[in-house]
Amino acid sequence: MTPLSPATTRRAARAPEQAGPPPARRGPGFGLRRVGVQLLLWGYTALAFGPLVLVLVGSFRTNADILQQPVGLPTSLDLGNYQRAWETASLSIYFLNSVAVTVAAVSLCVAVSAMAAYALSRWRFRGRAFLAALFISGLMIPAKLGLLPVFYMYQSVGLIDSRIGLVLLYAANGVPFSIFVIMGFMRGLPLELEEAARLDGANPGRMFVSVALPLMRPALAVVTVFQFALTWNDFFYPLVLMRSDEKYTVPVGLTRFFGEFAADRATLFAGLVIALVPLAIVFALATRHIISGLTAGMSK
Amino acid sequence: MVRADAVETRPRLRRRSAGRLNRTPAGWIAAFCLPALALYGLLIIVPLGTAFYYGFFWWEGTQRAGFAGLGNYQEILTRYPLGTEIPTALWHNVLFFVGTMAIQNTVGLGLAVLLYRNPRFKRFFQTVFSLPYLISPLIVGYIWSLLLSPNFGPINYVLRSVGLESWALPWLGEPTTALPVLVLVNAWQWIGGPMLIFLAALGGIPQELEEAAALDGASPARAFWSVRFPLLMPAVGVITVLTFIGCFNIFDLVYALGGSDGGPGGAMDVLGLLYYRTAFEGGTNAIGESSALAMLIFVVIFGFAIVLERLLRRREVTQ
Repeated sequence: MTPLSPATTRRAARAPEQAGPPPARRGPGFGLRRVGVQLLLWGYTALAFGPLVLVLVGSFRTNADILQQPVGLPTSLDLGNYQRAWETASLSIYFLNSVAVTVAAVSLCVAVSAMAAYALSRWRFRGRAFLAALFISGLMIPAKLGLLPVFYMYQSVGLIDSRIGLVLLYAANGVPFSIFVIMGFMRGLPLELEEAARLDGANPGRMFVSVALPLMRPALAVVTVFQFALTWNDFFYPLVLMRSDEKYTVPVGLTRFFGEFAADRATLFAGLVIALVPLAIVFALATRHIISGLTAGMSK
Repeated sequence: MVRADAVETRPRLRRRSAGRLNRTPAGWIAAFCLPALALYGLLIIVPLGTAFYYGFFWWEGTQRAGFAGLGNYQEILTRYPLGTEIPTALWHNVLFFVGTMAIQNTVGLGLAVLLYRNPRFKRFFQTVFSLPYLISPLIVGYIWSLLLSPNFGPINYVLRSVGLESWALPWLGEPTTALPVLVLVNAWQWIGGPMLIFLAALGGIPQELEEAAALDGASPARAFWSVRFPLLMPAVGVITVLTFIGCFNIFDLVYALGGSDGGPGGAMDVLGLLYYRTAFEGGTNAIGESSALAMLIFVVIFGFAIVLERLLRRREVTQ
């Protein structure tokens, strides 16, 4: 996959909106077909959304209710399940850990990737092509297979059971995708503004901070959203590296929670909803960026 | 190796300074590239190299116990239990990939075509269909394990109440149904990706082509299959690569649906779980065996990804 040009990404992301479908020829059976299409679309909506609705509805019901009648509406709007999941099952602690780790890791990853991507796409130096290829090849490397050596490396420097260790690992994992997206975006940015800044006597650091960084914002948004979701969701690293409950992130906390509350479905549903909230917020705020990130794979 | 190259760039750079925006002092280059390189090199590249190295030694706990050559590879490929577990897990990964591809390329394309032809509420549908994409596979697994639970799950409840008692199976507890259910759940989660990619590809195909076909007397179906469909092949290629990487890296979803042993009788056991068990729940030679296994998995994933990518690129050149 060669890096995408921003023009391609934008076109890919926007194309469905702009290029309308061919004007449908009206004929016999036209209305019927239209109804059929709508039925299919709403049918799939139910399939995509239904499970999430079941979880949400279940989180407001009592456990006895759910066991008796698995599908049904809540009899009263009881928030007890949420309270139990948040406090008794210590999801609050896992939640705060996840927030701290995710914010730190995404910030670090975006910062170092933006700098490296800027240097790689704007400055000519020996080894540049190799370095770019090395970073981009990370998109296809199953990095998790290196976890055992990371484990022993961390053990020797005291980073086992450390949130800082997790942050570094997540930031490292996000580097290839971030550099890939930002470099692709930079390729389509005109050089003139930076030229002008240079003639005005700006040094490279100044050019990056004052000129390039503001221009990069769309790419940074895509990268931030994706790294946020990946980091928030990750389960494998903390499963292996974290030892004490009070440092667990949400996914590992959930496995513990599912063990302890196996019989209490109502609380489990509430816990799942809590774990999903941050992503729902991100999704609501950044649907556009998500769609252009997903179609970033369309590069040619 | 990596750092040596970065350092080496400095003196030569000063000698070459033609072109624009080129005269960037080496200090700046190092300052901009080294943080990312240090993170990525130390935590991604070096560990994989180390695993490669570890695989050539026998281990007793964390102590090295002599050079093994290819001994570890021979051990894990021939000796029980890994000797049988590896082919089984690999086969499950393959089935899982094939099944996911089949669903994503048909249902995903179908949804994309429907949305392309009916722009009403397109944004809404697009968003809802790709909603599960962002959810953690672990959470997706837990959601479905609750929904599919044999006695108190809503799905079997509905099946029973419409008179399909014989269909109310312990879906995840039965070796024959576990893997197909895993494929369906996985496709449910990721379908938004292929759909959006197909939608973008459909939008990028010029209208004139299909109109020309229509003028030549082709039926709409014929025009689709003969004109539009071949032009969607690059999208299929991209989806193949992404799905391949996703399917061979799978871990969380299976863990949530079937635990670290891979469900009933290991019916959902995959390479990711096997690596986890070998590395972190293994015996005295865990480091040697799991490192060898990691390298085998690495070769399968990275090798196939590169081959697929080359094939795609060649197709694009010839088109």
